Amino acid sequence: MSILINKDTRVITQGMTGKVGQFHTQQCKAYANGANCFVAGVNPKKAGEEFEGIPVYASVRDAKQATGATVSVIYVPPAGAAAAIDEAVEAELDLVICITEGIPVHDMIKTRYKMQGKKTLLIGPNCPGLITPDEIKIGIMPGHIHKKGRIGVVSRSGTLTYEAVGQLTALGYGQSSCVGIGGDPINGLKHIDVLRMFNDDPETDAVVMVGEIGGSDEEECARWIKDNMSKPVVGFIAGITAPPGKRMGHAGAIISGGQGGAEDKLAVMEASGIHITRNPAEMGRTMKRILKG
Amino acid sequence: MKIHEYQGKEILREFGVPTPRGTACFSVEEALAAAQQLGGKVWVVKAQIHAGGRGKGGGVKVAKSLDEVRQYAEQILGMQLVTHQTGPEGQTVRRLLIEEGAAIAKEFYVGMVVDRVSQRVALLASSEGGMEIEEVARHSPDKIHTVRIDPVAGLDAGEAARVVRAIGIPNAANAEAVKVLQGLYQAFVAKDAMLAEINPLILTADDRIVALDAKFNFDSNALYRHPEIVAMRDLDEEDPAEIEASKFDLSYISLDGDIGCLVNGAGLAMATMDIIKLYGGSPANFLDVGGGATTEKVTEAFKLMLKNPHLKAILVNIFGGIMKCDVIAEGVVAAARQVHLTVPLVVRLEGTNVDLGKKILAESGLPIISGNDMADAAQKVVAAAKEAK
Repeated sequence: MSILINKDTRVITQGMTGKVGQFHTQQCKAYANGANCFVAGVNPKKAGEEFEGIPVYASVRDAKQATGATVSVIYVPPAGAAAAIDEAVEAELDLVICITEGIPVHDMIKTRYKMQGKKTLLIGPNCPGLITPDEIKIGIMPGHIHKKGRIGVVSRSGTLTYEAVGQLTALGYGQSSCVGIGGDPINGLKHIDVLRMFNDDPETDAVVMVGEIGGSDEEECARWIKDNMSKPVVGFIAGITAPPGKRMGHAGAIISGGQGGAEDKLAVMEASGIHITRNPAEMGRTMKRILKG
Repeated sequence: MKIHEYQGKEILREFGVPTPRGTACFSVEEALAAAQQLGGKVWVVKAQIHAGGRGKGGGVKVAKSLDEVRQYAEQILGMQLVTHQTGPEGQTVRRLLIEEGAAIAKEFYVGMVVDRVSQRVALLASSEGGMEIEEVARHSPDKIHTVRIDPVAGLDAGEAARVVRAIGIPNAANAEAVKVLQGLYQAFVAKDAMLAEINPLILTADDRIVALDAKFNFDSNALYRHPEIVAMRDLDEEDPAEIEASKFDLSYISLDGDIGCLVNGAGLAMATMDIIKLYGGSPANFLDVGGGATTEKVTEAFKLMLKNPHLKAILVNIFGGIMKCDVIAEGVVAAARQVHLTVPLVVRLEGTNVDLGKKILAESGLPIISGNDMADAAQKVVAAAKEAK
């Protein structure tokens, strides 16, 4: 088992016919069961056409009706990406993964408001996507660094997630699922939501949780872990050396108003029983110590 | 993106928020002419820099004669204004705002931020005007009143009135204060702001509500639909290295250490800074080359880092996913040749085509130190920087 997606998931790609969408659709299709998973693309101007043998539909609703797909991935450019999420939500998909980086925050506020009371879950925006190794990859992460196994990974960043995964794989620890929740201040699933899923997944034994400066999601998640999590969690927070008031690349990675500093997050996480490491090169080995422990 | 106070007040006026009359000036002569044109007996001479804390740093003066306007304008224009937000080197004052004086009866704080937890815009208001809201939050959090605003309905007049009463604005000015809060919210949304503050918002002796200051920070992802905000950008207020970086779509922030870092991805870039510190070094910058780094981008990144006179060593840390290690390696070799590298260079490559990448580095003939993993690379670059001292 895994969380959120597996080899039987059927996926619609919104923005499949753009340059980025084309490249990553090819990569995803080539990974594990991808050829069977990626069943539809959406572009109102190219309905009826095909890309790599995948049919293009005029709308998410049409694509869902024709293929039975329940998940979509979005590569639509920033100005239209929030509307693309809205469309997927209105079509009542189960899950939307928005890869797009640079969506205006006020667009996301409106989109999240419209999502209230709807069944659709959102991952991202500005995220690498998610993968269940050897089954399905939805997003832009390099498939080959992953290995099937029993460790869950959740992270706000892209390449730092790969770093964590790479360390686990090198030590022989495979992953159940790896989820990149994205670096924007207004987003979908948070650490806490993904931790809940890993806790309930019988095929996940432990979790690596990678956070960064900005906001208080990691603290909130840590408090939940303290009271509810039955599996060990390894934690790392990027940005101990980041100065306040400077945005560190991600729109969400900024220490402001005295909030969101790495030390505060680490303190709360440690007090909640999370096995923290301050060394980003030690995420894998910290996990090994605990599991051997 | 930040703007000056006088520009923020232009926006506030556009949305019906009263401000003192005033003029932006670039010289002492302009300041005098502006004061004369404003008339009255009291003027405020205000340094225009993006950092806060200007008053405490000596950048805001009340003038009671035209002679004093001249004197203060001469004093402030061109000064290195040091505040808690500028760093010890301060910021050169190049613009002034000359305003009519205001009769202050009481000061309040009003601010708006994007609240991540509620995923809405939050209004913050406090009776403790003139103080920094972080201070108030620490010492008397009960004095901060918050409304999380419904993005469809907007700021409800009843909610706004409740906050206005809670911070102690008298009934006579209640309606006007509600309009100010609603105007601020409209401006916040219409202009894609991430943060807005009026501190202080004042009650005048004759029960009017006036914004005495204005601070805005805009969402850089939304600037494409706001040419009028982009036109307000003042490059003199920004770090030249960061401006140069943005031209090449590099995300760069100067820090005060001596080890340059070139990394792909923001999270990994922060983690690289952290691990350098952990092994006893000090990072000179944050630098994310992004997902699609070309030889040109890598070369520009090297040039940027090498402009820093304190630079002692460089660490390149790449986890190749979509970006292939051989492409990065070729970029690093080409860049190192082009810029005539004068400091030790440690490179750590991992991910797609890593063996090919390492081979390209090894066969380049350049004195590149190879890092096996993140820890090894960090230890090597810290040692190299210490040796160079």
